[in-house]
Amino acid sequence: MPLLSVDELKVTFQGQGRRASTAVSGVSFDVDEGQVVGLVGESGCGKSVTSLALMGLLPKKGVRVEGRADYRGTDLLSLRPSAMRDLRGTQLAMIFQDPLSSLNPVVPIGVQVTEILSRHRGMRGQAARDEAAALLERVGIPDPTRRLKEYPHQLSGGMRQRALIAMAVACAPRLLIADEPTTALDVTIQAQILELLKELVDQEGTALLMITHDLGVVAGLCDDVNVLYAGKVVESADRRNLFAEPAHPYAHGLLNSIPRLDAPRGQPLNPVRGSINDQIAWADGCAFAPRCDHYTLECLEGAPELGPLAGAGAPAGHQVRCVNPVRERLETVTLADVGAGDDSPAEPVTQKEETSE
Amino acid sequence: MLRLVVRRLLQLIPTLFGLTVLLFIWIHRLPGGPAWALLGERGNEAARRQIEEQLGLNEPLLVQYGRWLRRLFELDLGNSVKTGQPVWDEFTLRFPATFELGVTALLFAVIIGIPLGYFAARRRGSWLDVTAVSGSLLGICVPVFFLAMILRSIFAVNLGWLPSGGRLTTGIDATDVTGFAVLDGVLTGEFDASWDAIQHLILPGLALASIPLAVVVRITRASVLEVLSEDYVRTAESKGLRKSVVRGRHVLRNALLPVVTTVGLLTGSLLSGAVLTESAFSFGGIGSFIRQAISDRDYPVLMGFILFIALLYMLINLVVDLTYGLIDPRVRVN
Repeated sequence: MPLLSVDELKVTFQGQGRRASTAVSGVSFDVDEGQVVGLVGESGCGKSVTSLALMGLLPKKGVRVEGRADYRGTDLLSLRPSAMRDLRGTQLAMIFQDPLSSLNPVVPIGVQVTEILSRHRGMRGQAARDEAAALLERVGIPDPTRRLKEYPHQLSGGMRQRALIAMAVACAPRLLIADEPTTALDVTIQAQILELLKELVDQEGTALLMITHDLGVVAGLCDDVNVLYAGKVVESADRRNLFAEPAHPYAHGLLNSIPRLDAPRGQPLNPVRGSINDQIAWADGCAFAPRCDHYTLECLEGAPELGPLAGAGAPAGHQVRCVNPVRERLETVTLADVGAGDDSPAEPVTQKEETSE
Repeated sequence: MLRLVVRRLLQLIPTLFGLTVLLFIWIHRLPGGPAWALLGERGNEAARRQIEEQLGLNEPLLVQYGRWLRRLFELDLGNSVKTGQPVWDEFTLRFPATFELGVTALLFAVIIGIPLGYFAARRRGSWLDVTAVSGSLLGICVPVFFLAMILRSIFAVNLGWLPSGGRLTTGIDATDVTGFAVLDGVLTGEFDASWDAIQHLILPGLALASIPLAVVVRITRASVLEVLSEDYVRTAESKGLRKSVVRGRHVLRNALLPVVTTVGLLTGSLLSGAVLTESAFSFGGIGSFIRQAISDRDYPVLMGFILFIALLYMLINLVVDLTYGLIDPRVRVN
């Protein structure tokens, strides 16, 4: 049984007098114990809203959350707020995008770390401060005792994110949700933070739900990947299969849009054309159809279902929501190209080959 | 910290000096003069000259200014032209009443305003919010003297709950120690006198508080609304902290920063607002005295009063700045 099983999660925002808008329209995925699962997509695809819905952090007013999210047999979405409050920080923890704005500017780092220890582990006074210092040390903050007395503005961006990670892992949660934790950081710091996250989840066996638009992060970290488009999962696969053989035209386009060093100079880049549509139109057919190079009239006959990738040789567990999936291995895209390529030497596929049906 | 305070205090000196020059010129440029005011309609040129000679007003402005400044260094504000009493004595006689009234109004503004603004923001769009917002607009719009009349007619005249004017009920046994009626009662153990003084402060305090209260409600509400959508509040929620900790440490602590600045600035306007309120409640403060001094062109009183208010205002803002440094580490001077 998976640690977290999200089933048909749907989030609708309803402002007063405004038209309801659906941010997440039926997302399903699983996270196993100790697994790193990626949630990938461009801005506005509903990935952050999904994470906030799981944590119960969406505003109560004007937001409708439907579906199920079973965490160890409890549905997070129907839990009472007070029960959810007990789970947050202990079972589920979250790291946010912008470390500066995510820390309270007028409260010392030490208090922001110890408050979670006193809330969930009943630690007080010196014991709590010692534990907080140990936590800061564990996430690689030098001179932790001094840092405890400092305020967020006195720390560097990387330090702040480390402090936030320290708070998130303070009570050894079983599931850590990281919402673009490296977006606001320098590239050199990004790698350090990812390395730290990887180390922590490995040590503790914590499952990590990684929300990102950065395919490099996915390649370096994730076991399974779910690609989101317009509030729905359009492709779900093992990391290696996704990178080798992205079947949904959107995922294919995303991977194809990565600039390559070995391409001749002056060769145009391959962006995914158009931009995401605010009004999610899954009801009328595939929401990606207007931007898709492969679309046929069939695409507009109702929303396609997420189903296993058809055909011989298609790997198990590779699912796609498309009536005309791309059947083409990506030319020489390897995990190394997108920034990973450490422990997983995937053979580079050097020539384009059509997979037989 | 001490060095910072000393430096800030020293910085006040040039400001105050500049103020005295401007004030002196401005006040002496007012049409008429103390001599005409003293003599009234039947005064003639000869009598005017005689009085001006007595007061030294016939000398060049610069000489007069020098003399006034020299006295100021000896902490002597001069004598009132009208009463002949030292200006300082006139102040100490009347200022405590104004001060008490101002503090009462400030307390009303803070004690009612901050919770009201906070809950209005928390329940945005509710009847409480709508009432607070429209009520605060009303509070800013309605003239203080009009509000004073309404409060008095309802609570003093019709309901008879509170006294309609004055500082103390006549005939009550109160010993004067400091001039601050409430404080005196506590010091001498005459608590009934303190209570009586407090009752006399409620209606004028409310009338005077109307504008600051409205401002505090609106600033607090806007500030809380802003802080509620901050990322660090979400972080606090994501840690599963108790509601009281999220609200106190993470929401209110940050939301109060702009409120502190505002309250400091309002304190100055309270002193000038007190003038109107005092006359509406025949509250024996400094207000009516100053109004009289303006029409009498009582130069020493006006100079002394404005200088005093300016100094007070500067000191209050210094305190606010220093407090701000304590509550907001980002502006703390290292």
